[in-house]
Formats: sequence, C-alpha cells, structure tokens
Amino acid sequence: MDGSGSLSFEDVRGWVRRYAGVIAENKVYLTELDSAIGDADHGINMDRGFTAVLLKLDALSGDDAGVVCKTVGSTLISTVGGAGGPLYGTLFLQFGIAMSGHPSVSLNEWLAGLDAGITGIQRLGKAEPGDKTMLDALMPARDALKQALANGTPPNEALRDAVAAAEAGMKATIPLVARKGRASYLGERSAGHQDPGATSSYLLLKAAADTWSEVG
Amino acid sequence: MKKLINAPDRVVDDALAGMAAAHADLIRIEEPNIIVRKDAPKKGKVGIISGGGSGHEPMHGGFVGFGMLDAACPGAVFTSPVPDQMQAATKAVNGGAGVLHIVKNYTGDIMNFDMAAQLAEAEGIKVKAVVMADDVAVKDSLYTAGRRGVGGTVLAEKIVGGAAEAGADLDKVTALCQKVQDNVRSMGMALTSCTVPAAGKPTFELGEDEMEIGIGIHGEPGRTRMKLAPADQIVDMLMTPILEDLPFKSGDKVLAFVNGMGGTPLIELYVVYNAVNKILKGRGVTIARNLVGSYITSLEMAGCSISLLRLDDEMTRFWDAPVNTPGLRWGV
Repeated sequence: MDGSGSLSFEDVRGWVRRYAGVIAENKVYLTELDSAIGDADHGINMDRGFTAVLLKLDALSGDDAGVVCKTVGSTLISTVGGAGGPLYGTLFLQFGIAMSGHPSVSLNEWLAGLDAGITGIQRLGKAEPGDKTMLDALMPARDALKQALANGTPPNEALRDAVAAAEAGMKATIPLVARKGRASYLGERSAGHQDPGATSSYLLLKAAADTWSEVG
Repeated sequence: MKKLINAPDRVVDDALAGMAAAHADLIRIEEPNIIVRKDAPKKGKVGIISGGGSGHEPMHGGFVGFGMLDAACPGAVFTSPVPDQMQAATKAVNGGAGVLHIVKNYTGDIMNFDMAAQLAEAEGIKVKAVVMADDVAVKDSLYTAGRRGVGGTVLAEKIVGGAAEAGADLDKVTALCQKVQDNVRSMGMALTSCTVPAAGKPTFELGEDEMEIGIGIHGEPGRTRMKLAPADQIVDMLMTPILEDLPFKSGDKVLAFVNGMGGTPLIELYVVYNAVNKILKGRGVTIARNLVGSYITSLEMAGCSISLLRLDDEMTRFWDAPVNTPGLRWGV
C-alpha cells in the first residue's frame, strides 16, 4: 500500500491471492451453477488453476506488477483447460501487458488492462453482450468504471460503481437464453439460471475493489 | 458418490498409469499427460492427434496405436485439455509430414487446440485441424456454439488413421476427415445422469421413469425430458432427426454405430441395433458396416447414441484397414 490510490507489485499480488481465496470459497457454488446449464466443472477448474497460481506467485520477486498478471495468465492457460482457461488466461495476460514495467498501477492503467482483456476475450470467444457469458459482468463494469473516472469520482467509489454494475450484469444473465458455450445447447432451457462465468467475473471485480479499498 | 477411485483429483493420473501399464506394447505416456503411440514419430507419416476431456473412455486415449491416432490429449474429467498438451503431442508425433488435429466442436476444445496449433506452427510444424460437429440434437445456428462433436469422431479417427497409415499426405488426410464430418450424423439419449468425480454428485437429476433425449457426452442436459418409452420408440426418436438431417436416402450405404454411454449393457445396445436395422431396412438404406459397443462414453451414464455415416469406397476401405489400439483392433 502506498496510499496514493495506486497498486504496487505487492498489492496486485494481494488482489490475485484474494481472488484465489474467493474462488476456493465459491468452488462448490460455481460448480453448482455450471451443473444447471453446463458441465459441472467451472468452480473445480478455476480452483485448480488458482491453486497453481498461488504456488507461482509465492516464487515471484521484483517490483513489476505486469509480471504478476502475466504469470497468472500463462498459469491459467496451462492448468485450467475448458473455455475458462484460455478466457481468464487472456484477461490476465492483457492486465499484465497493460501493467508491464510498472512498479505502481493507477486505476486508469488497471482499466486499460480490463478493457484490453475484454477485447481479447471477445476475439477468442466471439461472444456479444447478452449472450449469457462472463462479458455480461465484465463489460458493464468496465463501462461504469470509465464513466465514473470521467466524472472525477475517487478511485474507491469508482470501483464500487463497477462492482455494482458487474453484479447487476451477472443477475441480468438469469433470464437470458445462452448463445455461446455449452449452455447454448439448452436453448430456452438455459433461461432461469445465472451464468457461472459472469459470476466468477463479478467475484474478480469484487476482489479488485476490496483490494483497492485497502490501498486507497 | 460410489466410484472405484482413490481420490477425485487422482482419477485421470491413476487411469493413465494403468493404461500405460496395460498397453505398454502400443502406447507410452509423456509429460504433460499425453498418450503417444509407442513408435511415434513415424518418419514421413502424417501425425493424427485428438483430445478432449476425460470421462469418454476409450475415446481418445484408447484409440492411440497402429492405424488410428498417434497421440491423445486427455483433460480433466469433462474439461478440455490445455494447449501445452496439444503442443507437446504435435511435436511428439511430427514425422515431418505435418499433423492433423481432430477437434470436437466445444468452445473450450476449439480455443485450446487453436492456441496449441499456433504454438506448433511457430515451431515450424505444419498443422491442420478438422472440427467434428455431428450431433443433430443441437441446432446449428448463430444462437448456439454449434453442433457438438460426438460419435462421428470415433469413426473419423479410425478412417483418417487408416489413410495416414497408408501414406496419404496432410491435405488428403484433412480432406478425408472433413468428408467424414460432412457425411456423419448422430444423436444420443440418457436414462441416468452421471457424476463428475470432483463434483461428487450427479450433474442433473432424472426421475426413475424419465429419460433425457438429445444429451451430449458431458452430462449436460439434453433437449427434452420425457417419460421412459420402449426401445423401438426411443430409437425412432433418435433416428428420425438423424435421417432427415443429411438426409440419408434409399440406396445409401451406411456405417451404423450404436454406442453405449458407459452404463448400458451390451444386451440393450443390441436391442437398439435391432431397431436401427429395421428402420434402415424400411427406408432402403443398406448397413454396409457397423460398430456396436461403448466407445465414446459419458462416465457411468446409462443410455446410448446412434451415429450414421454415409459411406463411399474410400471411407469403407480405410474403415476396413487394420487397426491395433487398446480400444479397437482388427486385421492384425
């Protein structure tokens, strides 16, 4: 923590460790959401990936915050499998590229990482907003964060806005009919269930906001 | 959960070690968890690899060997493998003539295979991919991830493996695999759900008197749930969409594949085959080849899938060609 409203190498590592803990706590919940409309492995896969990430993070040193996120991204791609591995891996790689060489990361830089991550996810998964995917949590969060920062909202509040938008986006996936991923095989029967990917993405935003609130 | 396992997180590793011990004459296991044909790479032969989540045994690892796959990449149960596996497998089987990836159409499989293909190509290996998408239960539209790759994949791996063994080049092997995909249609049903070991409970619940029509191979629910019916009626419900989709016509010669989902005894699969045979006879379609048994499974799920492949001389010849793998063996 440096009190200047930015994240240090340690803070970024703290964010990822916090999220790893949240994933472990929600492993069963995410898997149950996936049972309803997918193949019952989202929580299990994410937990396997972040367990591997924690081991890698412990071994990191230096002050480049980008290295933390790049390590997270490549570890997720190598250990998660499914669609979650490439998608979350890409998100973290893009955070890593945006933070590359930075010993401290401003909220604007963090937002640039999120933005690039969303672009990467769209390139890979070819999903649009409303397809009942992780983007339905991430995109409203990004837009809310952009808006808040443009309005001069302090970082902490801006992130709270983003988390609220992610949560609303996540809940809004419940009535949606899935158009991507395994849930799309269900057609109309996918409606009435919250998307597991949007849920894990909301949790990622929330872990980030909790981390920033301690820093700021 | 009642399973013959040591621990949920050891199932894949323990099973791979068992396969390696049982079939040491045909395969070897390499890091990071890939099953490679014993004599790979074969100089000048196109390498054929496939992969996907575990839990579908004998597919894909059981189809590694002479006349079929050169390597298979098993992920966690029902989870696509990671790019590192396909990259390693591609390198392990490259005999200089390039490598074909046979990919089942699932969002995760496509992404992970695509990443691996890019990594392998960056190392100078020629890679082509064919996506199998033969499940007529899924509407192929902009509003879905597209049809799933199911039973047709087993037939493609056999036929393409035979062609590669006979010396066909990468373009020919790729075109043949696409021809199989273009001429095969499948659909499945479940009498029970299945339990992913790490999840510990069934993926979905089915009542004693219910069945699920149009299931995939990952315990994902199907298209419709209905009251259990006699086998002949169930087969009709699967065959009609299959026949109408291609469509299969009077005079066609087909390979009829009746597949068990893992928990259905062979005696019931023959009941199903009998119904398939009657329906095809009635339509003037000739069963030129067949396969009956559990080859692409969904753990302990009870149920079946039916695949029909419209054959021509080339596909028939390579289906008949010798094969020697843990899961399929003839002509040797």
